[in-house]
Amino acid sequence: MKRIEAINDFVVKFANVNGSGSASANTLFARAILRMGVPVSPRNIFPSNIQGLPTWYEVRVTGNGYQGRRGGVDLMVAMNPQTWNEDLKEIEPGGYLFYDSSKPLPKSRFREDVNPIGIPLTEICNATYGDPRQRQLMKNIIYVGALSALLDIDPAEIEKLFSEQYRGKEALLQSNVKALRLGRDYALKNLPCPLGIRVQRSNRVGSKIFIEGNAAAALGAVYGGATVCAWYPITPSSSLAEAFSRYCGRLRVDPADNKHRYAIVQAEDELASIGIAIGAGWNGARAFTATSGPGISLMTEFIGLAYFAEIPVVIIDVQRGGPATGMPTRTQQSDLLACAYASHGDTKHPLLFPEDPTECFHLTVQAFDLADRLQTPVFVMTDLDIGMNQRLSEPLEWDDARTYDRGKVMTYEQLEAGKEFGRYLDVDGDGIPYRTLPGTHPMRGAYFTRGTTKDRYARYSEAGPDYIDNMQRLTRKFETAKSLVPKPVLFPAEKPARFGAIFYGSTSPAMQEALDVLAARGVHINALRVRGFPFQDEIADFVASHPWVFVVEQNRDAQLKTLLVNEAKINASRLISVLHYDGTPITARFIVGEIAQHAGSHTVVPLKRAS
Amino acid sequence: MTYLAKPKIHHPSLNRNQVGYTRRDYEGTVSTLCAGCGHDSISAAIVQACWELDIEPHRVAKLSGIGCSSKTPTYFLGNSHGFNSVHGRMPSVLTGANLANRELIYMGVSGDGDSASIGLGQFVHSIRRGVNMVYIVENNGVYGLTKGQFSATATKGSKSKRGAFNPDQPIDLVGMALLLRASFVARSFSGDKAQLVPLVKAAIQHRGSAFLDVISPCVAFNNHEGSTKSYDYVREHNAAVNALDFVEGKEEITAQYAPGEVIEVAQHDGSMLRLRKLAADYDPTNRIKVMNYLQERAAAGEVVTGLLYLDPKSTDLHQDINTVDKPLNALGERDLCPGSVALERINAGLR
Repeated sequence: MKRIEAINDFVVKFANVNGSGSASANTLFARAILRMGVPVSPRNIFPSNIQGLPTWYEVRVTGNGYQGRRGGVDLMVAMNPQTWNEDLKEIEPGGYLFYDSSKPLPKSRFREDVNPIGIPLTEICNATYGDPRQRQLMKNIIYVGALSALLDIDPAEIEKLFSEQYRGKEALLQSNVKALRLGRDYALKNLPCPLGIRVQRSNRVGSKIFIEGNAAAALGAVYGGATVCAWYPITPSSSLAEAFSRYCGRLRVDPADNKHRYAIVQAEDELASIGIAIGAGWNGARAFTATSGPGISLMTEFIGLAYFAEIPVVIIDVQRGGPATGMPTRTQQSDLLACAYASHGDTKHPLLFPEDPTECFHLTVQAFDLADRLQTPVFVMTDLDIGMNQRLSEPLEWDDARTYDRGKVMTYEQLEAGKEFGRYLDVDGDGIPYRTLPGTHPMRGAYFTRGTTKDRYARYSEAGPDYIDNMQRLTRKFETAKSLVPKPVLFPAEKPARFGAIFYGSTSPAMQEALDVLAARGVHINALRVRGFPFQDEIADFVASHPWVFVVEQNRDAQLKTLLVNEAKINASRLISVLHYDGTPITARFIVGEIAQHAGSHTVVPLKRAS
Repeated sequence: MTYLAKPKIHHPSLNRNQVGYTRRDYEGTVSTLCAGCGHDSISAAIVQACWELDIEPHRVAKLSGIGCSSKTPTYFLGNSHGFNSVHGRMPSVLTGANLANRELIYMGVSGDGDSASIGLGQFVHSIRRGVNMVYIVENNGVYGLTKGQFSATATKGSKSKRGAFNPDQPIDLVGMALLLRASFVARSFSGDKAQLVPLVKAAIQHRGSAFLDVISPCVAFNNHEGSTKSYDYVREHNAAVNALDFVEGKEEITAQYAPGEVIEVAQHDGSMLRLRKLAADYDPTNRIKVMNYLQERAAAGEVVTGLLYLDPKSTDLHQDINTVDKPLNALGERDLCPGSVALERINAGLR
């Protein structure tokens, strides 16, 4: 039978039952490979459930560093009888099926083109442990031990991880080491170790860190000076607020009196969350909320208020599959239009698109500067794929000389000196007025904030000219935002390219890989990663310089394309959408397939000859 | 409303308080509400209370939702920042503002539509969080700005101006505030300035959620026979349990009381409130008894007013979540940013 042979380039998928304790064992597996200097890219594929339903953990061992989901499975660790049949189907021909052989299974349950690797896990557990919970937990460690032998993973790295994790808990450490060795020894003695796929020590990890986007964004909020966080639990954003709470507990407690330099409120709903953040922003604190699509829907009235009354606030949208409750535990980039135009009336909001945890950190920091500078809601558009998966990322960096841009806030001294204050008065031509904070000056600078129309001095006015004056200034302000949001990043093809491709956010790693694969096949593409909205002229210029431009996104309705056509005045006929929206992260294979197909039909020279 | 602009020049003989302001300095722009609206009396009571307490106007932030009541913050404290937010959402905006700067006084003004209907959830949760604020509901049982629909505090069976009867049970905001453990609960009547002004003063001094339900008749849509929120009805059924004669501030104690006539309650900071008893044995510090009493009297058709409940040991949200004394909006990079060395340590822990 054919055996897949690959070193440092394969996919292992763990099929488990939710709540069985497999998550920590699977993470251990991924981290052990990382410690051998070999990049991995793991993904949780989980149901909206706490216990009992199927859950998967997919680890792409990626010696060349591609972080995107590859697609396909080379080794299935089939620990869930419920999903056996569909798990079996996913294995590539010549791949491997690792399973519990305690109970004999009929031949019909296997595939002829898949190599079975049976190990009597339950038997080993039952013979070793009396306590049922321990049997279940240790079973996970035993399979990690067996896999270490099958895949040539250095057991010393796993034991080192144990000793870091269970520092000071000797009994736990010993029992885990024992379980690991049980599995490893059994495999070495009884199984064909190593398999055709295996791990070989490398030096491709370097100083990179292994972090979830939600944790990185939370750190961005800490470093960006957020002091007020109001949130309501919703997958996949809850772990962001929880990480903020955890990091604040470590980094923001006054050493003298243990008091907190932050306030976190778990609100009663998303309406209150955004209301609290807006109230705090109005009063001069850096404030944010983290949510997902349904939360954005609930917040839209308030977002319009913050836009019109010009109040800084940061909204981190960890996108999931929509619409409605949609796919709460799956990923999509389908809130772009909802966020860009959130609320009734004419509204527009700046959006930032981080590609990975490192950018979740940096763009969250930047979002607070932008919100203060522009006095408006700023969205950080991350998603479940980045947010809830650990990703090998560039280390987070901070320049200690960096200061916060608090924007145009008129001080007591300026007011006292008689500087003219009009809350909605454009003094600098950039559309951004000065604001004052409550309590600044006894006689000057107080104004009434309202969602109703007003004149330049914040006085209630329903006069048409006042309204238009204000709306046009808001348009100027949005124009100013263009120069402030992060610029797109160009990835020029190595050879002259007829095609362009635009992508953003979590599509990035799959896209980078797809570009390499396509280039190797002779399809050269200039690519542009969009990082912010409103769109700079570079984006329109990029489109104009290519006959066709692929717009790669993870939603059904081509939301970025819509926004590009609408806002950057781009000719829609040049744009070809590549859309992936089944809830799984987009793969290089998918992008390559789609682009190759379109490229073929848009190119006179057939693909084969070109390559 | 009046179309006469207020003169800007103050008479030199106007009295100044200890911080140097005249009463006029606490006023806002001219009200655009209907002549005789109860809400204007409440604005006047707020002006009076702040002046008497020697509060600098700019140290107050006034927040509201949407509706007639929510318009009123324009009509008092013109040198304070105000925020007319979204319908029913004043409590969350106020909570955020309060978290950002604990040093200001937060005055939340809302109505019965704003707090008992669309914003019932926010009312409930801001109270149970113990946000340090004065939460005034200007309660008229009717939607004024949309011309006379029943609100959720209208009594079942009461009659609208157009003759319709209200089919729904009313929401009892005072009862809810007590259940939610608001640490200060009062009810008053916009037509009783002598009762209202001291209650507003005590509420301002209180630390924690001070809830004031002020029945405030709507002269345009809810002041007719068959309404339970009309001037006549409230005057007839008003049963005050006590009179707040003294709020510790600048004034001297002058009144003489017969033994047993007075109950003194200390606020969290030791300041004293002196209540003259009007209902025998009414103890405003016993929450359970207060709740029982209010239910009994409501069943008897009375509108009980006065300082209904006070927790002398009140706390507030800042205390409960242990925030620093310095306002969060005054913290800078040095206080907030952990710096590159800490970040490198975090990186090291993620390898």
